Amino acid sequence: MPQTVAPTATAPAVESLKAQAIDLNFWYGSKHALKGINLSFPENKVTALIGPSGCGKSTLLRCFNRMHDLYPGNRYQGQLLLQPSGCNIIAPTTDPVEMRMRISMVFQKPNPFPKSIFENVAFGLRLRGISKPAVLRERVEEALRFAALWDETKDRLHQSAYNLSGGQQQRLCIARALASEPEIVLFDEPTSALDPMATSRIEDLIYSLRNRVTILLVTHNMQQAARVSDYTAFMYLGELIEVNETAKMFHMPTQRLTEEYISGHFG
Amino acid sequence: MDDLNRLIARRRRQDLIFGAFGLVCTMLGIATLVILLVDLVMDGLPRLNWAFLTSANSIIDPEKAGILIPLVDSLLIMLVTAAAAVPLGVAAGVYLEEYARKNWLTTFIELNISNLAAVPSILYGLLSLGLLLYYLNLHQLGITGADQRWPLGPRGSLAAAGITLALLVLPIVIVATREALRSIPLTIREAAYALGATRWQVVWHHLLPYSSGGIATGIIIGLSRAIGETAPLVTIGAAGFWLVLPPSPIQSAPPFLSFAWLLEPFSAMPIQIFTWTQDARPEFRVNAAAAAVVLIVMTLSLNAVAIVLRYRLRRRINW
Repeated sequence: MPQTVAPTATAPAVESLKAQAIDLNFWYGSKHALKGINLSFPENKVTALIGPSGCGKSTLLRCFNRMHDLYPGNRYQGQLLLQPSGCNIIAPTTDPVEMRMRISMVFQKPNPFPKSIFENVAFGLRLRGISKPAVLRERVEEALRFAALWDETKDRLHQSAYNLSGGQQQRLCIARALASEPEIVLFDEPTSALDPMATSRIEDLIYSLRNRVTILLVTHNMQQAARVSDYTAFMYLGELIEVNETAKMFHMPTQRLTEEYISGHFG
Repeated sequence: MDDLNRLIARRRRQDLIFGAFGLVCTMLGIATLVILLVDLVMDGLPRLNWAFLTSANSIIDPEKAGILIPLVDSLLIMLVTAAAAVPLGVAAGVYLEEYARKNWLTTFIELNISNLAAVPSILYGLLSLGLLLYYLNLHQLGITGADQRWPLGPRGSLAAAGITLALLVLPIVIVATREALRSIPLTIREAAYALGATRWQVVWHHLLPYSSGGIATGIIIGLSRAIGETAPLVTIGAAGFWLVLPPSPIQSAPPFLSFAWLLEPFSAMPIQIFTWTQDARPEFRVNAAAAAVVLIVMTLSLNAVAIVLRYRLRRRINW
């Protein structure tokens, strides 16, 4: 649970942590994008990261699956521990491919592969060596059910994913991320390209996934953070300003900056 | 008010004049091509029949002379060219686009790939003459050491011709591969990497299938350029008059495939056209025109396939 908050009566006495950032720094070339982040992520809870554009919330999220490794000139420092094993995600000796297999991601814009609905979900499973058709079918169905997409797609699994609407495509991406049973799912502003109806379905879905998997949600929509998250962390200019249980955060922030942001004074 | 109208009328006239000038320029290019084609077809028409395609050359009778051997040789050369240029070019394109770090060396290589495409084709012929024929002995004489048919030295082989043209086509394939890969959005790559795919899995399962249309278009455009190349083939000793079909690549007995044809001396369509135009007897020029029509049809149909591929690709995937 977040370090700056004392346990409350309603919260379980001991909450296990899924991940911990300790003095985490990150640079895009010479740009210092994350400055000494210390933050804990409770297991099977939704932690929302909020803050104005450029505050580093997506940068922090993309440390978890080492997405920054894909581009030259990026540098990590500090620790980002994946519990319970305590493996440091950002250590140079940690294999980014292993981290990506254990921590999956849903992106800002729906990005299904130009393949069939079935193959989109099955790809992550195939990467894990699952090739038996019966097992694949079962796991794909399970993932699509989790993502509340099964009823809409069960009769057209072999059609192109591009025939789906934007909201359906994003739920397909969520199914794809869930199919391999990840330990953490990263959501990077998953509804910013969607209409209000599709947004509300995705939010319901994220809400229903808590208690099943640890979720990190980057959003610039404060109502969204308030609706679906258990904990909220506010970041500003690469620093963590405040973290608390979501209800407390939005009702009585302790930092003036947080209060100004959530009351809409900037951002 | 009157002034204004006159001003507008003058500018309209300027518009019209340039429009007309542009049309004439465009038409000049197209008309030249059309006249050339029509002239060729009219000249070659008397010889354009099935027998022309299926009979060998004749040194005495232009009516009996056909293009079977240069036609078959040209097709076999294209086979070698494709077999060499496709894996090399696609692999190089994938490497430069997806694997190579961006530094001064890769920038230098990139610049020079564009330069390679501009190297005069005769230089590729000279390179092959030195490297493939004299150094690697990629010809009959070099292998058997006993063939005395060519006392003047080695003659180029189908393999040497195909590899020479592959070098010529390589930059086109590399550039097409890179452009096709670059048109795939970054978000698709990130989606695949985020699922835990390795670089090779991203390339093999995603990038290559999604860019196959663009790559195939580049390959075909390269081949359609190669099929008409003359200079490098002359340099490595293409036969202007040749009556021997190479042994068939497909055999009736196991192992069913034969590679003996690779080292056979060869002729080629453009070479045949050239030697016929050089013949003192005007009847053979009719044959040259007919063969030129066949060659143009081959090139245009390759280009047509490329256009169809590109069109179908655009319809299938809209990023």
